[in-house]
Parts: sequence; structure tokens; C-alpha cells
Amino acid sequence: MSIQVRNLSHVYNKGLAAEQKALDNINFDIYDGEVVGIIGHTGSGKSTLLQHLNGLIKADCGNIIIDGKDITKQGISMRDIRRRVGLVFQYPEYQLFEETVAKDVAFGPKNLGLSEAEVESRVREALEMVRIDYDEYGQRSPFELSGGQKRRVAIAGVIAMKPQVLILDEPTAGLDPGAHKDILNLIKDVHERQNNIIILVSHNMEDVANLSDKVMVMDRGKLIMVGTPQEIFSRRDRLEAIALNVPPVTEMMYEVKERGIEIDTSPLNIKSAEDVIYNYLKRIEMNR
Amino acid sequence: MIRDITLGQYYSVDSPIHRRDPRIKILSVVMYIAALFIVENFIGFVMAAAALGLAVAVSKVPIGFIMRGLKPIIFILIFTFSINIFMINGRVLWKLGFLEVTDNGLYTAAFMSVRLILLIIGTSLLTFTTTPIKLTDGMERLLYPLSKIGVPTHEIAMMMSISLRFIPTLMEETDKIIKAQQARGADFESGNLIARAKSLVPILVPLFVSAFRIALDLAMAMEARCYSGGKNRTRMNGMKINSGDLIFMAANILFFAATITLRIWR
Ligand SMILES: Nc1ncnc2c1ncn2[C@@H]1O[C@H](COP(=O)(O)OP(=O)(O)OP(=O)(O)O)[C@@H](O)[C@H]1O
Ligand SMILES: [Mg+2]
Repeated sequence: MSIQVRNLSHVYNKGLAAEQKALDNINFDIYDGEVVGIIGHTGSGKSTLLQHLNGLIKADCGNIIIDGKDITKQGISMRDIRRRVGLVFQYPEYQLFEETVAKDVAFGPKNLGLSEAEVESRVREALEMVRIDYDEYGQRSPFELSGGQKRRVAIAGVIAMKPQVLILDEPTAGLDPGAHKDILNLIKDVHERQNNIIILVSHNMEDVANLSDKVMVMDRGKLIMVGTPQEIFSRRDRLEAIALNVPPVTEMMYEVKERGIEIDTSPLNIKSAEDVIYNYLKRIEMNR
Repeated sequence: MIRDITLGQYYSVDSPIHRRDPRIKILSVVMYIAALFIVENFIGFVMAAAALGLAVAVSKVPIGFIMRGLKPIIFILIFTFSINIFMINGRVLWKLGFLEVTDNGLYTAAFMSVRLILLIIGTSLLTFTTTPIKLTDGMERLLYPLSKIGVPTHEIAMMMSISLRFIPTLMEETDKIIKAQQARGADFESGNLIARAKSLVPILVPLFVSAFRIALDLAMAMEARCYSGGKNRTRMNGMKINSGDLIFMAANILFFAATITLRIWR
């Protein structure tokens, strides 16, 4: 399983005053089992890009090759693409509609034409993965749940389709810290179990740094940087120029360095920052 | 997609039409609609189309934008056209089995379609060139005499402005929900009528939930700012009729008079 995107461009409202170039000649590769984080300021085209990857938006020009198949070609089965590529929208809880949680999660698998028994087992599995108790909540109305629970049910609805590529558009937007953490753990969990490709859009640099194998940076419809979290977040000035920043911990390291202390600014999480600071202090102590 | 529906949206540019007093524009549209139902011959329709064409040209709203607004009514257009063309008696022009196309039928069908198109373009030009706030302010002022006999004109105007304001929001919401359900494999295009009607449930339920959520939020926000209906409310920007408005109105009255003359004179 791999994804190749070549020369992808998209213009909204072509030919009108409101014409808007949302994607401009995008090129990238994603390999099997990768977790990819996409960052970019508001309106940089992240959501537009994601919607291209499962055919919800037709490309104006360019190719999207998923598992060797070019999905921009005529006569490609949309159903087949949607089975392989699952997309969880921003605020997915607003798409719940069934009478019960279980039925809602079953909507996707049913549309794939699976057998009753298979649907049932997938619903159970998906709900278990998002840590919603089937016996307690399965027969309840999804509208009675809390915001965080609704979000998890909505994500379960896509996970139950067992996509080989799972795309999440700002899955933690508007959640409290607890629910935020739950969602992140859930994503890690799904990745470990199904070893699928995960593509994650987030405005939280810390999450992107900690989860991703590869980070892609978008600016005004262009893909301007691709690299490991280490590579991307080592370019703080470049990121700041396009209204992005580095994770808080990294920011702290940069600021300490700016005040004249020769310290390594590469840590992306608290643990590695702690190591760097510890080693630094230790060295000073030894030299004393 | 569904967002392409332009009916009822505001098109933001500056033009002489945009600058006209909303009351004048509303009255003009009412007169124009009346005129469309008065004219009944070729010259009349040419005149009506020319008048509208002039207004469109002055308004700087692109033709493409206006034409997109017609898309949703294509079905209605075809429907009325077919009904009229086959159902009206007269001199038979063609025969297709039991269906007869008569000269009267053809005329009526063509006139009806043109009338409908002009009607839609005329009224949408009003919303394209007038912000919802101005539109409802104008409406409220025009209806003012009715409030003397107990009609809640302010509330009616407020309801109208809120509905207009939320058309694009709900469109966007619908678009998002459709895509989200498509991503879960929903299929809206195939199957028989019942299957298709059923496939709308995953769109309609979330849409209603969203609509209620938006309505509640809005009500809360209005209450937080002490809104309590029209009593004692005053306006920040009063409306004043200027010479441009008078000229515009005069042109309209002239057009209206011409259509009536044309009808009587024939
Ligand atoms: N349906 C649409 N019609 C017209 N323009 C659109 C549409 N959707 C997005 N755009 C425009 O395309 C550009 C990219 O939008 P997109 O939603 O992809 O940004 P984004 O990076 O996802 O932003 P955010 O972080 O706010 O979600 C924006 O300028 C936006 O205004
Ligand atoms: Mg987005």
C-alpha cells in the first residue's frame, strides 16, 4: 500500500470572481505503514487535499495513485476507493444520524456490502478500539452522549470500515485535554493493530511531532516542506514566517538558547528535553 | 456541488444598483413582477428582458453567477414547458401519438418559460445587490403601516433576515454532511425511488440537528445582547431617498406604464 500524488492542483469556483487556488502543484509519496502529519495555517488547503485522496473532490489536474491505481482516471469505482481510504472529517460528531450508536457505526460497513455477522463483529471491534462499551452504549441514542464520546463513535464509524489508509482532519479540535489524549491514544492504537497508513491534520504541533513519521507543511496551497519531525521543527524561523510554530517544549529550548546558553534545540517532547537539560547541568557540575 | 446554488446570496461589489435604497428596490421588483404578468406578447417580453438586462449590466453581477442561480429551477422550467406545450388547444403543428403540439401551446409554453426565467433573475438580482440587513430593514419600513393594526412587522422582518442569513450556512453544512456520508460509503445516486428517498435520511437527520444547534446558539447570543423584539429599537443608519433613487424609481414607473399601455393599446 502506498500513495503517490503528482502535480495535483485544484481551483474552487473556477471562472468566477471568487476563484480560489486551493492546491497548487502538489507532489508527495506516502509509504506503507507511515504516519503522516500535515500542518499549515488556516486556509492553506489541508482539508481540500484530504478530500482529494478519497475522491470526494475531483482533481483539476494531476494524478493520485493509490496502491498502484490512478484514482483520477475515468471509470474507477468510488466504492472501492472509499473502502481503502477512510476519511474522518473535522467535527465528525455532526454526521451521526442513526437511532443507536451500534447502528450508526454499522452504516459504513453495511455500505460496503458485508454480511450481517461481519458487520456486527466489526462494530464491536471498532467500538472496543475507541473505548466505548458496546453493552452499555450500543443501544443508546448517539445524541445522548457527551461531545468526546460522540467524536469517538464517529471515528469508530470509519474505523469499522477497516480502511488501509485512515485520514483524520483535526480529530482533536475543540476537545478538553482528557478527551484530546483519548483520541491520540486511539489513533496510536488503531495504527498498531491495523498497521495502516495514517494521515493526520492538526494545529497542535506537539501531537504532530510525537505521532508522525513524516511531516508535510502546507502554505497557501503549496506543499513547501516534507521531512521527519526533527527536520521540520529544526526550522523554526521558516515555520514562523508562515504563521506556524514548533512544539512548546522545542520553543522553550530555542528561547533558552537565545538567552545565551549553548543547548541542543532538537527535543520535541518533554522526555527528550529533560534528557538534554539533565546532561547539560550534569556537565556543568562535573566541570566545577 | 450544492454550494453552487446562488439563489438568495449577496454578491459583494459596488454598483449604482447596490447603492439604491432597499425600499425602492423592493418596490421596483414588485412592479417588475406585476409587469411580467401583464405583458403577453413578444414586444412586451423583449422590453422586459431588455430592462432586466440593463439592470444586470449596471449591477456588475457576472452573468455566469446569475445563470448558476437558474440551475436549481431547470426542472421546474422543463416541467411547465412540457405541460403548457401539450395541454393547450389551438391549431395543431405536430402530432406525436396522442400528444399534440399546437401554435397556442407553443406560444404559451415559451412565454411561460421566459416569464419564469425573468422572474427568477429579477428577484435574485434584488438579493444579489442588497445585503440581507438592508433588505429586511427596507421590508420592515415598507410594512410599517401594518404594525398600526397589530401585525408584528418587526418580528416578521427579523425572521426573514435570519432565514436569509442562514441560507449559505446551511448550504455549507449540507455540503459537508453529504461528503462525510459519502466518505462512509453512502450512495445517493443509484437504486429505485424508495432506496433514494431512504438514502436521504443520513443527510437530513444531521442537517436538522445542526439547524437546531445553530438556532439555539443564535437565540442565546441574541438574548445575551438583550434582544427583546422591536419595541423601542432605533436605527443606527437611517434610510434616505436620494436623487439617484428617484431617477431609478422614475425609470421603473416609466417601464411599468409602458407595459400597461402596450397591453391596453393592443
Ligand atoms: N467548498 C469550497 N468552495 C470554495 N472555496 C473553498 C471551499 N472549501 C475551501 N475553500 C477555500 O480553499 C482554501 C483552502 O481551504 P481548506 O479548507 O482546504 O483549508 P484548510 O487548510 O483545511 O484550513 P483549516 O485549517 O481552517 O481547516 C481556502 O482559501 C478556502 O477558503
Ligand atoms: Mg480544514
